[in-house]
Amino acid sequence: MTVLLPVEPFDEGARQMTTAVDRPPAVEVLSAEKVFANGARGLAPIDLAIAEGEFLTLIGPSGCGKSTLLKLIANLIEPSDGRLLWWRGDFGQVGQEGRRLAFVFQEPTLMPWSRVEANVRLPLEFANMPRATADPKVADAIARVGLSAFNRHFPRQLSGGMKMRVSIARALVTSPNLLLMDEPFGALDEFTRNRLDDDLVNLSWERKLTTAFVTHSIYEAVFLSTRIVVMAANPGRIFRIMTIDHPQPRDQAFRDSPKFAAYCRELSTWLAEASLQSVGGGEE
Amino acid sequence: MKPLFESEVFVRIAAPLAVGVVLFAVWEIGFRLASVPVYLFPKPSDIFTSFVQHGPSLFRALLVTLRVTLQAFVAAVILGTLIAFVFVQSRAIEISLFPYAVLLQVTPVVAIAPLIIILVKNTQLSLTICATLVALFPIISNTTLGLRSVDPGLASFFRMNRASRFKTLVKLRIPGALPYFFGGLRISSGLALIGAVVAEFVAGTGGRSSGLAYEILDAGFSLDIPRMFAALFLITLTGVLLFAAMVAVSQLALSNWHDSETRAET
Repeated sequence: MTVLLPVEPFDEGARQMTTAVDRPPAVEVLSAEKVFANGARGLAPIDLAIAEGEFLTLIGPSGCGKSTLLKLIANLIEPSDGRLLWWRGDFGQVGQEGRRLAFVFQEPTLMPWSRVEANVRLPLEFANMPRATADPKVADAIARVGLSAFNRHFPRQLSGGMKMRVSIARALVTSPNLLLMDEPFGALDEFTRNRLDDDLVNLSWERKLTTAFVTHSIYEAVFLSTRIVVMAANPGRIFRIMTIDHPQPRDQAFRDSPKFAAYCRELSTWLAEASLQSVGGGEE
Repeated sequence: MKPLFESEVFVRIAAPLAVGVVLFAVWEIGFRLASVPVYLFPKPSDIFTSFVQHGPSLFRALLVTLRVTLQAFVAAVILGTLIAFVFVQSRAIEISLFPYAVLLQVTPVVAIAPLIIILVKNTQLSLTICATLVALFPIISNTTLGLRSVDPGLASFFRMNRASRFKTLVKLRIPGALPYFFGGLRISSGLALIGAVVAEFVAGTGGRSSGLAYEILDAGFSLDIPRMFAALFLITLTGVLLFAAMVAVSQLALSNWHDSETRAET
Protein backbone atom coordinates (compact mmCIF):
# COMPACT_ATOMS: atom_id res chain seq x y z
CA MET A 1 0.00 0.00 0.00
CA THR A 2 1.35 3.35 -0.96
CA VAL A 3 0.52 6.46 0.94
CA LEU A 4 0.67 9.70 -0.89
CA LEU A 5 1.91 12.36 1.44
CA PRO A 6 1.52 15.87 0.13
CA VAL A 7 4.70 17.65 1.01
CA GLU A 8 5.01 21.37 1.18
CA PRO A 9 8.72 22.01 1.32
CA PHE A 10 10.10 24.63 3.60
CA ASP A 11 11.42 27.52 1.58
CA GLU A 12 12.36 30.68 3.39
CA GLY A 13 12.75 32.73 0.21
CA ALA A 14 9.29 32.16 -1.18
CA ARG A 15 7.07 31.39 1.79
CA GLN A 16 3.73 30.19 0.61
CA MET A 17 0.45 30.25 2.45
CA THR A 18 -0.04 26.77 3.78
CA THR A 19 -3.80 26.57 3.91
CA ALA A 20 -5.96 23.48 3.75
CA VAL A 21 -8.24 23.66 0.78
CA ASP A 22 -11.69 25.21 0.36
CA ARG A 23 -12.53 26.04 3.94
CA PRO A 24 -12.34 29.52 5.45
CA PRO A 25 -9.46 29.91 7.88
CA ALA A 26 -10.18 30.19 11.60
CA VAL A 27 -6.69 31.46 12.27
CA GLU A 28 -4.14 33.02 9.98
CA VAL A 29 -0.55 33.54 11.06
CA LEU A 30 0.92 36.17 8.76
CA SER A 31 4.71 36.43 8.86
CA ALA A 32 4.51 36.42 12.64
CA GLU A 33 7.83 36.10 14.39
CA LYS A 34 8.90 36.13 18.00
CA VAL A 35 12.12 37.51 19.42
CA PHE A 36 12.31 37.14 23.17
CA ALA A 37 13.39 39.87 25.56
CA ASN A 38 16.82 38.25 25.91
CA GLY A 39 17.35 38.53 22.14
CA ALA A 40 16.78 34.83 21.45
CA ARG A 41 14.91 34.25 18.23
CA GLY A 42 12.04 31.98 19.24
CA LEU A 43 10.26 31.95 15.92
CA ALA A 44 11.34 32.97 12.44
CA PRO A 45 8.53 34.61 10.45
CA ILE A 46 5.80 32.02 10.10
CA ASP A 47 2.91 31.77 7.70
CA LEU A 48 0.21 29.32 8.54
CA ALA A 49 -3.53 29.12 8.21
CA ILE A 50 -5.76 26.83 10.25
CA ALA A 51 -8.97 26.02 8.42
CA GLU A 52 -12.33 25.75 10.17
CA GLY A 53 -12.88 22.24 11.46
CA GLU A 54 -9.27 21.27 11.00
CA PHE A 55 -7.27 19.34 13.60
CA LEU A 56 -3.79 20.75 13.30
CA THR A 57 -0.88 19.39 15.31
CA LEU A 58 2.45 21.09 15.96
CA ILE A 59 5.35 18.74 16.52
CA GLY A 60 9.11 19.14 16.52
CA PRO A 61 12.33 18.99 18.54
CA SER A 62 12.80 21.01 21.73
CA GLY A 63 13.16 24.71 21.10
CA CYS A 64 11.36 24.65 17.76
CA GLY A 65 8.84 27.16 19.09
CA LYS A 66 5.74 24.98 18.85
CA SER A 67 4.47 26.16 22.22
CA THR A 68 5.40 29.73 21.34
CA LEU A 69 3.40 29.46 18.13
CA LEU A 70 0.42 28.07 20.05
CA LYS A 71 0.64 30.92 22.55
CA LEU A 72 0.69 33.40 19.68
CA ILE A 73 -2.47 31.78 18.35
CA ALA A 74 -4.01 32.01 21.84
CA ASN A 75 -2.93 35.67 22.02
CA LEU A 76 -1.17 34.81 25.29
CA ILE A 77 1.88 36.51 23.81
CA GLU A 78 2.21 39.08 21.03
CA PRO A 79 4.31 38.61 17.90
CA SER A 80 7.46 40.77 17.66
CA ASP A 81 6.65 41.33 14.04
CA GLY A 82 3.95 40.25 11.60
CA ARG A 83 0.40 39.64 12.74
CA LEU A 84 -2.35 37.11 13.30
CA LEU A 85 -5.97 37.08 12.25
CA TRP A 86 -8.79 35.23 13.93
CA TRP A 87 -11.80 34.61 11.70
CA ARG A 88 -10.37 37.24 9.38
CA GLY A 89 -10.36 39.87 12.13
CA ASP A 90 -8.32 40.96 15.11
CA PHE A 91 -8.42 39.39 18.56
CA GLY A 92 -10.93 41.94 19.83
CA GLN A 93 -13.85 40.06 18.31
CA VAL A 94 -12.78 36.69 19.65
CA GLY A 95 -15.26 35.56 22.28
CA GLN A 96 -18.35 36.43 20.27
CA GLU A 97 -20.83 33.73 19.34
CA GLY A 98 -19.19 31.30 16.90
CA ARG A 99 -15.76 32.78 17.58
CA ARG A 100 -14.92 31.41 20.98
CA LEU A 101 -11.49 30.20 21.95
CA ALA A 102 -10.46 27.84 24.72
CA PHE A 103 -6.99 26.83 25.85
CA VAL A 104 -6.00 23.60 27.60
CA PHE A 105 -2.67 23.76 29.37
CA GLN A 106 -0.01 21.12 29.82
CA GLU A 107 -1.04 20.90 33.47
CA PRO A 108 -4.69 20.56 34.49
CA THR A 109 -4.39 23.97 36.29
CA LEU A 110 -7.48 23.41 38.40
CA MET A 111 -8.31 25.40 41.50
CA PRO A 112 -7.47 22.90 44.27
CA TRP A 113 -9.91 24.58 46.67
CA SER A 114 -12.92 24.11 44.39
CA ARG A 115 -14.94 21.05 43.52
CA VAL A 116 -15.00 19.70 39.98
CA GLU A 117 -18.28 21.46 39.14
CA ALA A 118 -17.02 24.80 40.45
CA ASN A 119 -13.83 24.43 38.42
CA VAL A 120 -15.80 23.74 35.27
CA ARG A 121 -18.22 26.59 35.97
CA LEU A 122 -15.41 29.15 36.28
CA PRO A 123 -15.29 30.38 32.65
CA LEU A 124 -19.06 30.92 32.72
CA GLU A 125 -18.70 32.92 35.92
CA PHE A 126 -16.17 35.11 34.19
CA ALA A 127 -18.84 35.74 31.57
CA ASN A 128 -21.29 36.60 34.40
CA MET A 129 -23.69 33.89 33.31
CA PRO A 130 -26.48 33.30 35.84
CA ARG A 131 -26.28 30.00 37.76
CA ALA A 132 -29.56 28.71 36.33
CA THR A 133 -28.21 29.01 32.79
CA ALA A 134 -24.73 27.85 33.68
CA ASP A 135 -25.55 24.71 35.68
CA PRO A 136 -26.96 22.59 32.81
CA LYS A 137 -23.98 23.54 30.64
CA VAL A 138 -21.61 22.56 33.45
CA ALA A 139 -23.36 19.23 33.98
CA ASP A 140 -23.28 18.62 30.24
CA ALA A 141 -19.56 19.35 29.92
CA ILE A 142 -18.75 17.12 32.89
CA ALA A 143 -20.90 14.34 31.46
CA ARG A 144 -19.14 14.70 28.10
CA VAL A 145 -15.79 13.84 29.68
CA GLY A 146 -17.39 11.01 31.67
CA LEU A 147 -16.99 12.47 35.16
CA SER A 148 -20.63 12.98 36.21
CA ALA A 149 -20.08 10.76 39.24
CA PHE A 150 -17.23 12.98 40.40
CA ASN A 151 -18.66 16.47 40.14
CA ARG A 152 -18.61 16.97 43.92
CA HIS A 153 -15.01 15.76 44.23
CA PHE A 154 -12.00 17.94 44.84
CA PRO A 155 -9.15 17.82 42.29
CA ARG A 156 -6.79 16.08 44.71
CA GLN A 157 -9.20 13.15 44.89
CA LEU A 158 -8.83 12.55 41.15
CA SER A 159 -6.16 10.79 39.10
CA GLY A 160 -3.97 12.66 36.63
CA GLY A 161 -6.10 11.58 33.67
CA MET A 162 -9.31 12.59 35.44
CA LYS A 163 -7.90 16.02 36.28
CA MET A 164 -7.05 16.49 32.62
CA ARG A 165 -10.64 15.52 31.75
CA VAL A 166 -11.88 18.21 34.13
CA SER A 167 -9.57 20.67 32.43
CA ILE A 168 -11.04 19.69 29.06
CA ALA A 169 -14.59 19.97 30.42
CA ARG A 170 -13.72 23.47 31.62
CA ALA A 171 -12.60 24.31 28.09
CA LEU A 172 -15.72 22.78 26.51
CA VAL A 173 -18.21 24.48 28.80
CA THR A 174 -17.95 27.73 26.89
CA SER A 175 -18.78 25.87 23.63
CA PRO A 176 -15.54 26.98 21.98
CA ASN A 177 -15.03 26.98 18.24
CA LEU A 178 -11.27 27.00 18.43
CA LEU A 179 -9.61 24.67 20.92
CA LEU A 180 -5.90 25.12 21.64
CA MET A 181 -4.08 22.40 23.54
CA ASP A 182 -0.46 22.53 24.68
CA GLU A 183 0.76 18.96 25.25
CA PRO A 184 -2.31 18.24 27.35
CA PHE A 185 -1.64 14.53 27.80
CA GLY A 186 2.14 14.68 28.00
CA ALA A 187 2.29 13.64 31.64
CA LEU A 188 -0.10 10.69 31.33
CA ASP A 189 0.60 7.04 30.75
CA GLU A 190 0.08 5.72 27.24
CA PHE A 191 -3.13 3.83 27.96
CA THR A 192 -4.82 6.86 29.52
CA ARG A 193 -3.47 9.04 26.75
CA ASN A 194 -4.94 6.80 24.05
CA ARG A 195 -8.33 6.83 25.72
CA LEU A 196 -8.30 10.60 26.01
CA ASP A 197 -7.19 10.85 22.38
CA ASP A 198 -10.15 8.67 21.37
CA ASP A 199 -12.49 10.99 23.23
CA LEU A 200 -10.86 14.09 21.84
CA VAL A 201 -11.12 12.92 18.24
CA ASN A 202 -14.86 12.23 18.71
CA LEU A 203 -15.42 15.44 20.54
CA SER A 204 -13.75 17.68 17.99
CA TRP A 205 -15.74 15.91 15.30
CA GLU A 206 -19.11 16.18 17.05
CA ARG A 207 -18.64 19.81 18.00
CA LYS A 208 -16.98 20.74 14.69
CA LEU A 209 -14.08 22.18 16.60
CA THR A 210 -11.04 23.72 15.04
CA THR A 211 -8.15 22.39 17.07
CA ALA A 212 -4.49 23.28 17.33
CA PHE A 213 -2.57 20.74 19.35
CA VAL A 214 1.03 20.53 20.52
CA THR A 215 2.53 17.13 21.24
CA HIS A 216 5.77 15.17 21.39
CA SER A 217 4.10 11.91 20.44
CA ILE A 218 4.25 10.78 16.83
CA TYR A 219 1.38 8.30 17.34
CA GLU A 220 -0.81 10.87 18.96
CA ALA A 221 -0.11 13.37 16.17
CA VAL A 222 -0.97 10.90 13.40
CA PHE A 223 -4.06 9.60 15.18
CA LEU A 224 -5.59 12.99 15.92
CA SER A 225 -4.60 15.28 13.10
CA THR A 226 -5.83 16.25 9.71
CA ARG A 227 -2.54 18.10 9.26
CA ILE A 228 0.73 17.88 11.12
CA VAL A 229 3.11 20.82 11.13
CA VAL A 230 6.66 19.58 11.69
CA MET A 231 8.84 22.34 13.07
CA ALA A 232 12.61 22.79 13.32
CA ALA A 233 14.61 24.88 15.75
CA ASN A 234 17.25 27.66 15.56
CA PRO A 235 15.31 29.60 14.68
CA GLY A 236 11.89 28.05 15.26
CA ARG A 237 10.28 27.51 11.88
CA ILE A 238 7.98 25.26 9.90
CA PHE A 239 9.96 22.40 8.41
CA ARG A 240 7.28 20.47 6.56
CA ILE A 241 3.56 19.87 6.71
CA MET A 242 2.01 16.41 6.51
CA THR A 243 -1.63 15.81 5.65
CA ILE A 244 -3.19 12.75 7.25
CA ASP A 245 -5.70 11.56 4.71
CA HIS A 246 -8.14 9.52 6.74
CA PRO A 247 -11.77 10.32 7.59
CA GLN A 248 -12.69 11.66 11.03
CA PRO A 249 -13.72 10.53 13.56
CA ARG A 250 -11.09 7.84 13.97
CA ASP A 251 -10.98 4.78 16.17
CA GLN A 252 -8.72 1.94 17.25
CA ALA A 253 -9.01 0.35 13.79
CA PHE A 254 -7.10 3.31 12.35
CA ARG A 255 -4.35 2.84 14.95
CA ASP A 256 -4.04 -0.82 13.93
CA SER A 257 -3.98 -0.11 10.21
CA PRO A 258 -0.85 -0.30 8.00
CA LYS A 259 -1.70 3.19 6.81
CA PHE A 260 -1.27 4.48 10.38
CA ALA A 261 2.09 2.72 10.66
CA ALA A 262 3.23 4.19 7.34
CA TYR A 263 2.30 7.71 8.44
CA CYS A 264 4.12 7.20 11.75
CA ARG A 265 7.26 5.98 9.96
CA GLU A 266 7.20 8.90 7.58
CA LEU A 267 6.62 11.42 10.37
CA SER A 268 9.42 9.87 12.37
CA THR A 269 11.82 10.32 9.42
CA TRP A 270 10.74 13.93 9.03
CA LEU A 271 11.29 14.58 12.71
CA ALA A 272 14.77 13.13 12.51
CA GLU A 273 15.54 15.41 9.57
CA ALA A 274 14.04 18.38 11.40
CA SER A 275 16.28 17.62 14.38
CA LEU A 276 19.33 17.49 12.12
CA GLN A 277 18.42 20.86 10.70
CA SER A 278 17.95 22.31 14.17
CA VAL A 279 21.65 23.09 14.42
CA GLY A 280 23.18 24.86 17.40
CA GLY A 281 21.93 22.58 20.10
CA GLY A 282 18.31 23.53 19.77
CA GLU A 283 17.84 23.51 23.52
CA GLU A 284 14.92 25.28 25.05
CA MET B 1 -13.88 -0.92 63.93
CA LYS B 2 -10.50 -0.74 65.56
CA PRO B 3 -10.18 -0.90 69.34
CA LEU B 4 -10.07 2.51 71.00
CA PHE B 5 -6.42 2.40 72.05
CA GLU B 6 -5.36 1.87 68.45
CA SER B 7 -7.26 4.80 66.99
CA GLU B 8 -5.27 7.77 65.76
CA VAL B 9 -7.11 10.37 67.86
CA PHE B 10 -6.70 8.36 71.05
CA VAL B 11 -2.96 7.94 70.53
CA ARG B 12 -2.57 11.62 69.67
CA ILE B 13 -4.15 12.64 72.96
CA ALA B 14 -3.07 9.78 75.20
CA ALA B 15 0.62 9.66 74.33
CA PRO B 16 1.53 13.27 75.22
CA LEU B 17 -0.78 13.04 78.23
CA ALA B 18 1.07 9.97 79.50
CA VAL B 19 4.40 11.81 79.13
CA GLY B 20 2.95 14.70 81.15
CA VAL B 21 1.69 12.43 83.92
CA VAL B 22 5.06 10.68 84.18
CA LEU B 23 6.92 14.01 84.29
CA PHE B 24 4.64 15.34 87.03
CA ALA B 25 4.99 12.09 89.00
CA VAL B 26 8.80 12.18 88.78
CA TRP B 27 8.79 15.85 89.77
CA GLU B 28 6.46 15.31 92.75
CA ILE B 29 8.14 12.16 94.07
CA GLY B 30 11.70 13.33 93.36
CA PHE B 31 11.24 16.68 95.06
CA ARG B 32 9.50 15.00 98.02
CA LEU B 33 12.38 12.54 98.48
CA ALA B 34 14.97 15.30 98.16
CA SER B 35 12.79 17.53 100.37
CA VAL B 36 13.35 20.66 98.29
CA PRO B 37 11.89 23.62 100.17
CA VAL B 38 8.80 25.25 98.65
CA TYR B 39 10.41 28.72 98.50
CA LEU B 40 13.16 27.35 96.26
CA PHE B 41 11.18 25.19 93.89
CA PRO B 42 7.61 24.01 94.53
CA LYS B 43 6.18 20.55 93.86
CA PRO B 44 3.12 20.10 91.64
CA SER B 45 1.01 19.57 94.77
CA ASP B 46 2.15 22.92 96.19
CA ILE B 47 1.28 24.62 92.94
CA PHE B 48 -2.14 22.99 92.94
CA THR B 49 -2.80 24.10 96.51
CA SER B 50 -1.79 27.63 95.63
CA PHE B 51 -3.99 27.45 92.57
CA VAL B 52 -7.01 26.56 94.68
CA GLN B 53 -6.14 29.18 97.29
CA HIS B 54 -5.61 32.06 94.83
CA GLY B 55 -8.13 30.76 92.32
CA PRO B 56 -10.41 33.81 92.04
CA SER B 57 -7.63 36.39 91.73
CA LEU B 58 -5.69 34.23 89.25
CA PHE B 59 -8.81 33.71 87.20
CA ARG B 60 -9.52 37.45 87.15
CA ALA B 61 -5.94 38.06 86.01
CA LEU B 62 -6.30 35.41 83.33
CA LEU B 63 -9.39 37.14 81.96
CA VAL B 64 -7.51 40.44 81.78
CA THR B 65 -4.58 38.88 79.93
CA LEU B 66 -6.87 36.91 77.66
CA ARG B 67 -8.83 40.02 76.82
CA VAL B 68 -5.68 41.95 75.87
CA THR B 69 -4.39 38.97 73.90
CA LEU B 70 -7.58 38.47 71.91
CA GLN B 71 -8.05 42.17 71.24
CA ALA B 72 -4.47 42.42 70.02
CA PHE B 73 -4.81 39.28 67.93
CA VAL B 74 -7.99 40.47 66.22
CA ALA B 75 -6.45 43.90 65.64
CA ALA B 76 -3.29 42.30 64.21
CA VAL B 77 -5.29 40.04 61.88
CA ILE B 78 -7.40 42.90 60.55
CA LEU B 79 -4.55 45.38 60.26
CA GLY B 80 -2.07 42.82 58.94
CA THR B 81 -4.45 41.58 56.26
CA LEU B 82 -5.30 45.12 55.17
CA ILE B 83 -1.61 46.04 54.99
CA ALA B 84 -0.89 42.86 52.99
CA PHE B 85 -3.63 43.79 50.51
CA VAL B 86 -2.08 47.23 50.13
CA PHE B 87 1.37 45.66 49.65
CA VAL B 88 0.29 43.41 46.79
CA GLN B 89 -1.29 46.27 44.89
CA SER B 90 2.10 47.26 43.53
CA ARG B 91 5.76 46.45 43.94
CA ALA B 92 6.47 50.15 44.50
CA ILE B 93 4.19 50.26 47.53
CA GLU B 94 5.71 47.11 48.98
CA ILE B 95 9.29 48.23 48.39
CA SER B 96 8.62 51.61 50.02
CA LEU B 97 6.74 50.30 53.04
CA PHE B 98 8.16 46.86 53.79
CA PRO B 99 11.33 48.16 55.55
CA TYR B 100 9.05 49.89 58.06
CA ALA B 101 7.18 46.67 58.71
CA VAL B 102 10.55 45.04 59.38
CA LEU B 103 11.49 47.95 61.66
CA LEU B 104 8.33 47.25 63.62
CA GLN B 105 9.25 43.60 63.86
CA VAL B 106 12.85 43.97 65.00
CA THR B 107 12.21 46.58 67.69
CA PRO B 108 11.81 44.63 70.96
CA VAL B 109 8.43 45.22 72.54
CA VAL B 110 10.05 45.58 75.98
CA ALA B 111 11.89 48.58 74.63
CA ILE B 112 8.88 50.44 73.27
CA ALA B 113 6.32 49.29 75.82
CA PRO B 114 7.29 51.90 78.47
CA LEU B 115 6.90 54.63 75.89
CA ILE B 116 3.48 53.41 74.79
CA ILE B 117 2.35 52.94 78.38
CA ILE B 118 3.36 56.52 79.19
CA LEU B 119 1.77 57.92 76.02
CA VAL B 120 -1.52 56.04 76.30
CA LYS B 121 -3.33 56.69 79.57
CA ASN B 122 -5.69 53.70 79.36
CA THR B 123 -3.74 50.62 80.57
CA GLN B 124 -5.87 48.13 78.69
CA LEU B 125 -5.46 50.06 75.45
CA SER B 126 -1.70 50.56 75.84
CA LEU B 127 -1.21 46.83 76.52
CA THR B 128 -3.32 45.96 73.47
CA ILE B 129 -1.24 48.27 71.30
CA CYS B 130 2.00 46.63 72.48
CA ALA B 131 0.70 43.11 71.87
CA THR B 132 -0.67 44.11 68.45
CA LEU B 133 2.72 45.42 67.39
CA VAL B 134 4.26 42.05 68.25
CA ALA B 135 1.56 39.97 66.56
CA LEU B 136 1.28 42.07 63.42
CA PHE B 137 4.33 41.10 61.38
CA PRO B 138 3.68 37.38 60.74
CA ILE B 139 0.24 38.24 59.41
CA ILE B 140 1.63 40.89 57.08
CA SER B 141 4.50 38.82 55.74
CA ASN B 142 2.60 35.55 55.41
CA THR B 143 -0.49 37.07 53.82
CA THR B 144 1.61 39.13 51.41
CA LEU B 145 3.54 36.02 50.42
CA GLY B 146 0.28 34.08 50.01
CA LEU B 147 -1.39 36.73 47.90
CA ARG B 148 1.70 36.79 45.68
CA SER B 149 1.99 33.01 45.40
CA VAL B 150 -0.47 32.58 42.58
CA ASP B 151 -0.24 29.43 40.50
CA PRO B 152 1.16 30.76 37.19
CA GLY B 153 -0.97 28.38 35.12
CA LEU B 154 -4.17 29.45 36.84
CA ALA B 155 -3.08 33.07 36.55
CA SER B 156 -2.78 32.78 32.76
CA PHE B 157 -6.12 30.97 32.68
CA PHE B 158 -7.73 33.89 34.49
CA ARG B 159 -5.98 36.40 32.22
CA MET B 160 -7.00 34.53 29.10
CA ASN B 161 -10.63 34.52 30.15
CA ARG B 162 -10.38 38.25 30.80
CA ALA B 163 -11.30 37.81 34.44
CA SER B 164 -11.85 41.11 36.22
CA ARG B 165 -9.39 42.26 38.88
CA PHE B 166 -12.04 41.67 41.54
CA LYS B 167 -12.84 38.12 40.38
CA THR B 168 -9.14 37.30 40.22
CA LEU B 169 -8.79 38.51 43.81
CA VAL B 170 -11.81 36.62 45.15
CA LYS B 171 -11.49 33.42 43.15
CA LEU B 172 -7.74 33.05 42.84
CA ARG B 173 -5.62 35.23 45.09
CA ILE B 174 -7.55 34.96 48.35
CA PRO B 175 -8.15 31.18 48.31
CA GLY B 176 -4.54 30.64 47.28
CA ALA B 177 -3.32 32.83 50.14
CA LEU B 178 -5.34 31.00 52.82
CA PRO B 179 -2.72 28.33 53.72
CA TYR B 180 -0.12 31.07 54.21
CA PHE B 181 -2.60 33.21 56.13
CA PHE B 182 -3.40 30.38 58.53
CA GLY B 183 0.32 29.76 59.02
CA GLY B 184 0.55 33.42 60.00
CA LEU B 185 -2.39 33.04 62.39
CA ARG B 186 -0.66 30.25 64.30
CA ILE B 187 2.51 32.26 64.87
CA SER B 188 0.61 35.47 65.51
CA SER B 189 -1.74 34.02 68.14
CA GLY B 190 1.22 32.92 70.24
CA LEU B 191 2.96 36.25 69.73
CA ALA B 192 -0.15 38.18 70.81
CA LEU B 193 -0.04 36.35 74.15
CA ILE B 194 3.70 36.92 74.55
CA GLY B 195 3.24 40.59 73.66
CA ALA B 196 0.42 40.95 76.15
CA VAL B 197 2.40 39.33 78.97
CA VAL B 198 5.58 41.31 78.25
CA ALA B 199 3.62 44.55 78.14
CA GLU B 200 1.92 43.63 81.41
CA PHE B 201 5.33 43.09 83.00
CA VAL B 202 6.45 46.54 81.91
CA ALA B 203 3.20 48.07 83.10
CA GLY B 204 3.39 46.04 86.32
CA THR B 205 6.87 47.27 87.18
CA GLY B 206 5.53 50.75 86.59
CA GLY B 207 2.91 50.07 89.24
CA ARG B 208 -0.11 49.62 86.99
CA SER B 209 -1.66 46.34 88.03
CA SER B 210 -3.31 43.90 85.66
CA GLY B 211 -3.10 40.45 84.20
CA LEU B 212 -1.17 37.28 84.86
CA ALA B 213 2.21 38.96 84.47
CA TYR B 214 1.32 41.23 87.36
CA GLU B 215 0.32 38.15 89.39
CA ILE B 216 3.80 36.73 88.75
CA LEU B 217 5.49 40.01 89.67
CA ASP B 218 3.36 40.37 92.79
CA ALA B 219 4.00 36.77 93.84
CA GLY B 220 7.71 37.34 93.24
CA PHE B 221 7.75 40.37 95.55
CA SER B 222 6.29 38.24 98.34
CA LEU B 223 8.41 35.17 97.46
CA ASP B 224 5.20 33.19 96.86
CA ILE B 225 6.89 30.82 94.40
CA PRO B 226 3.93 28.38 94.01
CA ARG B 227 1.68 31.27 92.97
CA MET B 228 4.26 32.29 90.36
CA PHE B 229 4.13 28.79 88.99
CA ALA B 230 0.35 28.72 89.03
CA ALA B 231 0.22 31.94 86.99
CA LEU B 232 2.91 30.59 84.67
CA PHE B 233 0.88 27.44 84.06
CA LEU B 234 -2.18 29.51 83.21
CA ILE B 235 -0.18 31.50 80.64
CA THR B 236 1.19 28.32 79.09
CA LEU B 237 -2.23 26.72 79.02
CA THR B 238 -3.69 29.80 77.33
CA GLY B 239 -0.96 29.67 74.70
CA VAL B 240 -1.57 26.01 74.01
CA LEU B 241 -5.33 26.51 73.74
CA LEU B 242 -4.88 29.46 71.38
CA PHE B 243 -2.57 27.40 69.19
CA ALA B 244 -4.98 24.47 69.20
CA ALA B 245 -7.82 26.79 68.22
CA MET B 246 -5.80 28.10 65.28
CA VAL B 247 -4.95 24.56 64.19
CA ALA B 248 -8.64 23.67 64.33
CA VAL B 249 -9.68 26.72 62.31
CA SER B 250 -7.05 26.02 59.68
CA GLN B 251 -8.04 22.37 59.51
CA LEU B 252 -11.68 23.33 59.07
CA ALA B 253 -10.88 25.70 56.23
CA LEU B 254 -8.25 23.70 54.35
CA SER B 255 -8.99 20.04 55.03
CA ASN B 256 -10.66 19.53 51.66
CA TRP B 257 -7.85 20.61 49.46
CA HIS B 258 -4.55 21.67 50.94
CA ASP B 259 -1.73 19.17 51.43
CA SER B 260 -0.86 20.50 54.87
CA GLU B 261 -4.26 19.51 56.25
CA THR B 262 -5.30 16.55 54.15
CA ARG B 263 -4.95 13.24 55.84
CA ALA B 264 -3.32 10.31 54.08
CA GLU B 265 -5.74 8.52 51.80
CA THR B 266 -7.02 5.28 53.27
